[in-house]
Amino acid sequence: MKSIRQIVAVTVLNLRNLPQRIAASVVAVIGVGAVVMVFAAVLSMATGFERTMLAAGADDTAVILRSGSTAELNSGLSNEQALIVANAPGVLKDGDRAVVSAELYVIVDLKKKATDSEANVPFRGVQENAFAVRNNIGIVEGRMFEPGKNEIIVGRAAQQEFQGLELDSVIRFGKSEWSVVGVFEAAGGVVESELWTDVRVLQGAYRRGNSFQSVRVRLESAASIETLREALEADPRIDPDVTSEREYYAKQSQALSTFIKVIGYPLTILMSIGAIFGALNTMYSSVSVRGKEIATLRALGFGPLPVMVSTIIESTLLALVGGLIGSVAAFLIFNGFQVSTLNFANFSQVVFDFAVTPDLIRQGLTAALVIGVVGGLFPAIRAARMPVALALREL
Amino acid sequence: MKYFGLIWRNAWRKKIRTSLTILSVFVAFLLFALLSAVGYAFGAGANFANAERLIVINKITLINPLPIAYQNRIAATPGVRSVTHNTWFGGYYQDERNQFAQFPVEPEEYFSVYPELLLPDEQFEAWRKNRTGAIVGQALADQYGWEVGDRIPIQATIWTKADGGRTWEFDIEGIFTSETAAAGATAFMLFQYDYFDEARAFGKGTIGWYVLRVEPDADPVQIADAIDQQFANSASETKTSTEEAFAASFAKQYGDIGLIVRLILGAVFFTLLLVAGNTMSQSVRERISELAVLKTLGFTDLSVLLTVLAEAMLILAIGGILGLGLGWLAVEALNAQYGTQVPLYLTPMAFVTAFAIMVAAGILSGIMPALQAMRLTITDALARG
Repeated sequence: MKSIRQIVAVTVLNLRNLPQRIAASVVAVIGVGAVVMVFAAVLSMATGFERTMLAAGADDTAVILRSGSTAELNSGLSNEQALIVANAPGVLKDGDRAVVSAELYVIVDLKKKATDSEANVPFRGVQENAFAVRNNIGIVEGRMFEPGKNEIIVGRAAQQEFQGLELDSVIRFGKSEWSVVGVFEAAGGVVESELWTDVRVLQGAYRRGNSFQSVRVRLESAASIETLREALEADPRIDPDVTSEREYYAKQSQALSTFIKVIGYPLTILMSIGAIFGALNTMYSSVSVRGKEIATLRALGFGPLPVMVSTIIESTLLALVGGLIGSVAAFLIFNGFQVSTLNFANFSQVVFDFAVTPDLIRQGLTAALVIGVVGGLFPAIRAARMPVALALREL
Repeated sequence: MKYFGLIWRNAWRKKIRTSLTILSVFVAFLLFALLSAVGYAFGAGANFANAERLIVINKITLINPLPIAYQNRIAATPGVRSVTHNTWFGGYYQDERNQFAQFPVEPEEYFSVYPELLLPDEQFEAWRKNRTGAIVGQALADQYGWEVGDRIPIQATIWTKADGGRTWEFDIEGIFTSETAAAGATAFMLFQYDYFDEARAFGKGTIGWYVLRVEPDADPVQIADAIDQQFANSASETKTSTEEAFAASFAKQYGDIGLIVRLILGAVFFTLLLVAGNTMSQSVRERISELAVLKTLGFTDLSVLLTVLAEAMLILAIGGILGLGLGWLAVEALNAQYGTQVPLYLTPMAFVTAFAIMVAAGILSGIMPALQAMRLTITDALARG
């Protein structure tokens, strides 16, 4: 009890004196703040990208590609094969018609609004059930394209990111002209980066004959993917890869999000080490400036423990203040910041928002806490060990 | 130089403080080295682009093919020295994660357009004579432990064979190196287009894009226009640009990675300056009476200023050089491991920038304390001490 009272007394005294050491303290606070901000900013890129990719994936939708093709862009399926998929068991029926969409996936060059540089934007040809095989998707402005016409609907994110996609505008790809007749949203998912049109029109414009690249099917239930896979793999006319949509997008996002994390975490660790040096410096000088004060306290009968604890509390508080400033700054500056990058898996752009999530902030503050405790520990030990007589003589 | 002893002793008056400051500087420059290498990786193509080469792609996009019949017409364009074609094969070795670039090409033409690639003559001959032969870059050979004579299976993600298979087997007939030291310059594989075109299931008679070399005195822009005009209004219109412009525009597809890297480094160095500046001003504050003694002994204001400044620069230089050195070693080691997928390299420019930052940070962090030290009047300072 006595030692707790001593700790409180010494800590309060200590913090009251803080304004006298303001310059060094501010340096420590800013150091930790920079670490937490950079951490949250870099990792928010990975979380934002994953969120966009995974928002699009459902368990009860399956994506069928040609075996080994890894991505829609590389795949190829004939009209006959698309029909085989539509008639396979496990596929949900609406009346007597299967809920499927055979699709073509190509890319077009559009300019990014931000940099005026060219970007590979995904352009998807879909069948009328395209909305039925996907979740949370709908037209929010304008109308659906009419089959057989050079009309496109554009994802909200694509419209915000790339030039020339305003409603009612006309855009040229190669020799063909297309009218933008509608805008769709899909809960922030990756399809919002795409342009859509009637698959028959796209086959003609891109000279793809009667072929497709993927077939999306709505399953009777998530479990019926096994039924579908077995049936298709047994069929000699088709050599398919059957994956759930969730799994497909998870795989597509893996390379890029792993890459960001592989850079982000070591970066944070290195910066944290740098910040620990900064904090140590600040706390050593704090202890040496307070040398006489600490010696006086010890002479008055305060134990070494309260002196030690108060030093650690001081550095931890400074680090947490820095961590909070860094988190708030990262949230205000980066959260919701929209960018687009090339996802190499499909060789096309994905538009996503940076997402500074509570989990990232928690991790950032944990790093700040570690910096504060480690940065205070050694100076605290020195403070506790300071020989009283020697320190007082310096008076 | 005669003051070096004084500066050195001053710098180490508080060993822990100076060591910690040096360590912070060390970490900052280590980060600088690593992030510069990442920035390099994203501009990788542009790093070995050549202004004498032009790239001809389908006007719609890079993924749309061009007919192989265009080759002779491009070669006949005045000012064109040699032409070759490329196609993205997009395969992997054993595991999906082992992706690297493979291109089916015409051997002679390819080497006439890329003279910087080096391959022993007998290996070139062996490759040319073997339809299923391939040559691989040194970087790939190192990573997968391949040697001349190995037979390797490559899994196709796009190009299935006419027989339905998607495993393509190649005999390694040679290992090439490059005059360009740049990482990633040899992280690809070449094999024969004739074999590829005959064995593939679809797309016969097409290629991905053309690469051509212009005569040294020719105007690349004019040639590019001439080529695009030839094919205007044909079934496959073309878009021709210099290899440099093409690579730079491709790098931009990734978004402004350079900007993000600069922002992070900005935050790191801003913090570093604060730490170093704080250390210097503390250390000057603590030895005001000493500085006054120096002045009493006849040191001029300028030499006091310079000694304090030199001390700051010394701390920056020790930490900076150590950090940059370790960063350089780390980049080399990482590149040996992952270079075929993400080429990592510290350019000479990065070193120059690092040294410029060391000098600038040294001056910025030392200047305020140095001025303070210079302006001290002896009587005031001694009275305070």
